[in-house]
Amino acid sequence: MLRNALGKAFRFLGYTVQYGCIAHCAFEYLGGIVVCSGPSMEPTIQNSDIVFSESLSRHFYCIRKGDIVIVKSPNDPKSNICKRVIGLEGDKVCTSNPSDFLKSHSYVPKGHVWLEGDNLRNSTDSRCYGPVPYGLIRGRICLKLWPLNDFGFLRASPNGHRFLDD
Amino acid sequence: MCHIYDSCFVRLASALYLVVLEASGLYVPAYGKPSLNPGGREASDVVLLNHWSIRNYDVQRGDIVSLVSSVSFWRSIPFATYTWCLNVVCLFLLRSPRNPEQKIIKRVIALEGDIIKTIGYKKKYVKVPHGHIWVEGDHHGHSFDSNAFGPVSLGLLHARATHILWPPQRWQKLQPMLPPERKPLHREQE
Repeated sequence: MLRNALGKAFRFLGYTVQYGCIAHCAFEYLGGIVVCSGPSMEPTIQNSDIVFSESLSRHFYCIRKGDIVIVKSPNDPKSNICKRVIGLEGDKVCTSNPSDFLKSHSYVPKGHVWLEGDNLRNSTDSRCYGPVPYGLIRGRICLKLWPLNDFGFLRASPNGHRFLDD
Repeated sequence: MCHIYDSCFVRLASALYLVVLEASGLYVPAYGKPSLNPGGREASDVVLLNHWSIRNYDVQRGDIVSLVSSVSFWRSIPFATYTWCLNVVCLFLLRSPRNPEQKIIKRVIALEGDIIKTIGYKKKYVKVPHGHIWVEGDHHGHSFDSNAFGPVSLGLLHARATHILWPPQRWQKLQPMLPPERKPLHREQE
């Protein structure tokens, strides 16, 4: 009786560990569901929206200008931030705010990206803490899942003037 | 199906895995000398990396850690294409995915809030910003470390190196050891 129960318990534990490992691999290498909070990506992503992020792009270096990415915060590794990629390494970016009189530009250093929120007036992003290392990127947001009336792919940036062509 | 389960299980049942320290591959190729090797040996050591112990980003001054390199990913795109093919091959045949991101192994010299004197950095004194650390190799002349690229974000922390496993005559547990001449001028946290 006891042996039977122990056997069942071990088998259950084995399945739990295996499925836990698969889930871990899936979240690490494939993607996951993310709940976003904060106003910095409005109107594209509102507070408490649910989105789906995929991790394949970051592993295969397919992150492009204009992608919305989930990134580990440079100043707090335990929290994540959600911003749009405005410039990749080598790109010219505008480091000043739209309201500044004098515009300043710089080039994104190697191995880094320049991130900005869509809600430029209410977003702390690379204009505040500088270019972010590529290694901090965790995934690319590809689909919005909730609210259902906004289900689907995410819109392009409402701030087209922030993307400088070389 | 079963071999995929096994590879996950083996990979994850222990939170440690082995990395080969390729001295000339990881550090500045022009020098080719290991920068974290006091004995001055040219050959590579095999170290044990512990991912579990840094899950809360708890590092001490003097720890030896491996970091994701923040310099140039795009330049290695042809290399990345080659290695991701290798990744897929490894995952299904050899059951161990290989990571195309470069990892660098350095010693933690200063934590957030510390003020330190730099060696060859653009600023002579640096206060390490919040959420960052300052890392250096033990051979300052040959090391590509924070003196070159500045403070490193804690999010780039990959693992802590706990033991040297190979060669056998160098078996040892790596103790956190801060060189006395590299102590911070001011510590914010004790």
